[in-house]
Amino acid sequence: MRAARALAVGAALGSAAGAVFLRRRSRSRDRVELYFDDGSLVTVAKGQPEGERLLSPARELLAAARG
Amino acid sequence: MAPTADALAHLTEISSQIDAAVVLDREGTVVAATVDDERAGRMASAALELFRRADEQRGQELVQLDAVLEGGSVFVVRDADRLIAATTRSEPTVGLVFYDLKSCLRSLGEAPVEKPKPKRAPAKRRTTTPRSRTTTRKKKDESG
Repeated sequence: MRAARALAVGAALGSAAGAVFLRRRSRSRDRVELYFDDGSLVTVAKGQPEGERLLSPARELLAAARG
Repeated sequence: MAPTADALAHLTEISSQIDAAVVLDREGTVVAATVDDERAGRMASAALELFRRADEQRGQELVQLDAVLEGGSVFVVRDADRLIAATTRSEPTVGLVFYDLKSCLRSLGEAPVEKPKPKRAPAKRRTTTPRSRTTTRKKKDESG
């Protein structure tokens, strides 16, 4: 009985930790969000064809600011 | 130059999320910055390059952008003839940062038009001071 309860608690905690990990991982993925004057938003992420072209000067900008 | 520096100082004062900011014109010339000249120049050229590349993405005109990077975020906002670029730490409140940057740019746009602004501030002091003095004198006159 105790073993079953411990197993259930462990599974619940594990799935919660996994969800948090996946969420953080997806959040931290490098991307550029472009806002146009017609109200549209385009997201260009790392790995997409235009991704590195935009992320490279963005990284330079961040590095320059940090000295 | 001075109003721009004031606007940037105000920006970093009100927005604790912004680490560094630079205002530049459409040619990439630094107008004002919260960092030293060397860093400001590098920030300006990178911001201009980023904005130009991003602007080529679609037929529509690009208004603003943010880049989410491993060590922090980068923001660029434009108005008619200026750009403002700023950096923040990781996971900033994106909407709030954009709002603060736009407000800063707007205040810069308004600054040259409202040239009498510096005149208004001393005018208020002049009107309040004599009034208070007049009332005091009147009381003295009445009593005496």
